Amino acid sequence: MRIECPLCGTRDRREFYYSGHATALARPAPDAGAEAWDDYLHNRENPAGITEDLWHHEFGCGAWLAVRRDTVSHAVISARLVKGNQL
Amino acid sequence: MRFSAMKVLTQGLTGNRGWRAHWRDPEPAEAYDIVIIGGGGHGLSTAYYLAKEHGLKRIAVLEKGYIGGGNIGRNTTIVRANYFLPGNSEFYSHSLKLWEGLEADLNYNVMHSQRGQIGLFHSDGQRDAAIRRANSILNQGDDAELLSVAQLRKMVPYLDYDQGRFPIYGGLLQRRAGTARHDAVAWGYARGADRLGVDLIQNCEVTGIDITQGVVRGVQTSRGAIRAKKVAMVVAGRSSQVAAMAGMRLPIESHVLQAFVTEGLKPCIDHVISFGMGHFYISQSDKGGLVFGGDLDMYASYAARGNLPMVEHVAEAGMTLMPLIGKARMLRSWGGIMDMTPDGSPIIDKTHIEGLYLNAGWCYGGFKAVPASGHCFAHLLATDRPHAAAARFRLDRFRSGSGLMDEEGTGAQHNLH
Repeated sequence: MRIECPLCGTRDRREFYYSGHATALARPAPDAGAEAWDDYLHNRENPAGITEDLWHHEFGCGAWLAVRRDTVSHAVISARLVKGNQL
Repeated sequence: MRFSAMKVLTQGLTGNRGWRAHWRDPEPAEAYDIVIIGGGGHGLSTAYYLAKEHGLKRIAVLEKGYIGGGNIGRNTTIVRANYFLPGNSEFYSHSLKLWEGLEADLNYNVMHSQRGQIGLFHSDGQRDAAIRRANSILNQGDDAELLSVAQLRKMVPYLDYDQGRFPIYGGLLQRRAGTARHDAVAWGYARGADRLGVDLIQNCEVTGIDITQGVVRGVQTSRGAIRAKKVAMVVAGRSSQVAAMAGMRLPIESHVLQAFVTEGLKPCIDHVISFGMGHFYISQSDKGGLVFGGDLDMYASYAARGNLPMVEHVAEAGMTLMPLIGKARMLRSWGGIMDMTPDGSPIIDKTHIEGLYLNAGWCYGGFKAVPASGHCFAHLLATDRPHAAAARFRLDRFRSGSGLMDEEGTGAQHNLH
């Protein structure tokens, strides 16, 4: 599997650390309540098909990427930079 | 038809013409008391114990493909009870006891082989952790022995003891651990359930779950609607998709776990052996193939095949631990889809919908759990109370933060298990 980093170009999967679904970008407000926080932290749509998840280019430029890919075929569709303050 | 040595002998002498199908192939009825979604190991054992222990009659198991075609037919077949934390500890202890009586109970040869499992340690810290784990296993009532290097050298002389990078300090042995023939476990439970009147309906995909006013009424399937008083979801690997039909989002992310098998060799590895310094564990099947596996590929996947970095890691770890396997040719590799929960432990619980029950989240440990998972889930389905051995496998433990079972101590968070 290879991921196209917007800064470094196409790189091997081994350069990246996987951090889970991009739902992490939609952080609820501190006072959103237990249910919203439980949903944010634990519950997942977990799609068989197109998903978007977060990868850290730790052995490259150090950027955080949101990667759209297919969980059934392992095809990587696109990757975009995620700003630090979004995490 | 009961199996016996006499039966095998007489059939062998008369051309094996008298064997019959192990289970019926019934048409689905219009209604059942309990519908079990998923004809894998856990679903079949649930059906078997519902009929056997609770005397229930109108039960159906709905299987999308064929019996034994999912993760029960593709795993590394290890059976053990050496977990550490309360919750897992009593559950896997219960499961191992069921394993020990399984062949007599089912009248079926599941080739359960208590050949012993050795977990190696490679540092003083790992030795301390192994001693602590051994004491916990002894306290739960199961067996654990600490092996010195001298003892290990006698039992498993082929490990690379003298290498400098990962020296072997000793091992934690559980003699009652071992392996079983995974397909036969599915077939044995299927035959046992069928004989007790359970309808095993194959090629029957559930396409919807009927719920009105918070109460489950039945399921929609590729072979028509089926009414049911209770519906049990036992579809680890596809739990999120099936639960979504009931409008639920589960604390599960699906990952792929790879395993490998070599060509058949003469007996050389007599135990199950786990490396403590890389993700690698190995045993030899009765056919002679070396069966070994490693860690998750570590990203969400439903591909049922992994990527090369983990193949490389597993091969390197294997060669580091036991160079003798280097000349064996790897025949096959495959990937199973794992329900990964945030804390790495399973779920056996009711849902917020009346009559809808969930058995999921088996992570990478589902095979050894097959007997107890079915036994405890059947208890929950029949009595609406959790079985004592599975009372901590609650769905709401993530929200409450109470009763998390994080064996690895990495935190109850997705992608850390």
